[in-house]
Amino acid sequence: MRKIKASDITDKVRDLCISAAYDLEEDVAAALKAACVREASPLGKEVLGQIVENFEIARRESLPMCQDTGIAVFFVEVGREVELDGSLEDAINEGVRRGYRDGYLRKSVCHPLKRVNTGDNTPAIIHTSIVEGDRLRIKIAPKGAGGENMSRLKMLKPAEGVPGIKKFVVESISEAGGNPCPPIVVGVGIGGSFEKCAMLAKKALLRPVGSANQDAELDALEKELLDMVNGLGIGPMGFGGTTTALAVHIETYPCHIASLPVALNIQCHADRHKEAVI
Amino acid sequence: MGMTPSGARDTIMTEPIRITPPLIDADVERLRAGDKVLITGVIYTARDAAHKRLIELIEKGEKLPIELKGQIIYYVGPTPAKPGQAIGSAGPTTSGRMDAYTPRLLELGLKGMVGKGGRSKEVIEAIKKYRCVYMAAVGGAAALIARSIRKADIVAYEDLGPEAIRRLEVVDFPAIVANDVHGGDLFAQGVEKYRRVS
Repeated sequence: MRKIKASDITDKVRDLCISAAYDLEEDVAAALKAACVREASPLGKEVLGQIVENFEIARRESLPMCQDTGIAVFFVEVGREVELDGSLEDAINEGVRRGYRDGYLRKSVCHPLKRVNTGDNTPAIIHTSIVEGDRLRIKIAPKGAGGENMSRLKMLKPAEGVPGIKKFVVESISEAGGNPCPPIVVGVGIGGSFEKCAMLAKKALLRPVGSANQDAELDALEKELLDMVNGLGIGPMGFGGTTTALAVHIETYPCHIASLPVALNIQCHADRHKEAVI
Repeated sequence: MGMTPSGARDTIMTEPIRITPPLIDADVERLRAGDKVLITGVIYTARDAAHKRLIELIEKGEKLPIELKGQIIYYVGPTPAKPGQAIGSAGPTTSGRMDAYTPRLLELGLKGMVGKGGRSKEVIEAIKKYRCVYMAAVGGAAALIARSIRKADIVAYEDLGPEAIRRLEVVDFPAIVANDVHGGDLFAQGVEKYRRVS
């Protein structure tokens, strides 16, 4: 067994919260710059130019690129040969507390009904899985509400098939319009159960923008959906244009013979994600 | 200048129009969807929780903590300011969440709103009826926009943290007219122009 101190996890999580907010990952940065060149609408081009200028200022001056520094969502892979000297959940939440305080990030978490702010951006949303090995992999994907509020899930009838999935995705994005801060990244979960499908959509967003789906059939469907979404004309910030989405990512899982769950998780252009291995 | 069926200008104005609150009818009547605007002067922040409290005061007939007449409300919940900063990052939030509250505030004299995303039919009608303007700022461009905010003071609801009402002093705060008093709608016009699927 390899021992890992909870305090090391806290330190790492603190740093990840801050760097995710300040420093846009290169895959998304490159996709936004490419979109700025490609965009047909002059106003859309100008908006993309401001988006690029903004994340460059944020990186250079160590500032949050967006004021909505999100609810902190974690995917943690725990090697089965890892021994922790404390609670994983407590260690992560303490890291969030420190990261959001020390990084001057907005505390955006509240009681769902009383609407009273918890004051320190905890609790985090933590998804854990046990894997082979003696390492601990922590992925953070802080999520703002703009994209999250426009996300949808639908239990389709199996007879609706791929055309039903396309219709659901395109109609949902059309309804979302400029609200989720396009250009967006679209995570689609297909199959599983009600909750599994939502997780698939969320996980799909973690794949680097610009990477191909390993499954050729799904890769073709992703490209077709991306073309359909960009054909909606919503454009950067909904002002009209040819860049509504930077990418569509699909994850699938077998499902019940009577079901066809499909979930759509929308990610704004501030597609923040960071990763660390202990 | 030509107008599209949705009432917005069909070409982009290269020269921004400068506005300073308090605004009067004539100030907003000359603005058209698609126009670039630079705001200089005092504006106020308010989002979900602050709107809810303002409406509760109005319903009770009590005095509001800010004067609405002629003013602009910016839908924003900034990050905390770092030492030496006037304000943290401060981009617009989704305006649609304020739709339920907005017509009442327009009726009381609010002249401008800045946020992101489209508005409801009720708000668009109220904008025409009460002679107001809805402007969009670039969502997510929060570090960039913060540069135009020179001073920020909490004037009400400090307990709401990022949702408190702040008085901002801005210089050349950049926005684009999204919905104007003439029924022009930048979002409708944009989609109409670039949509290639039914």
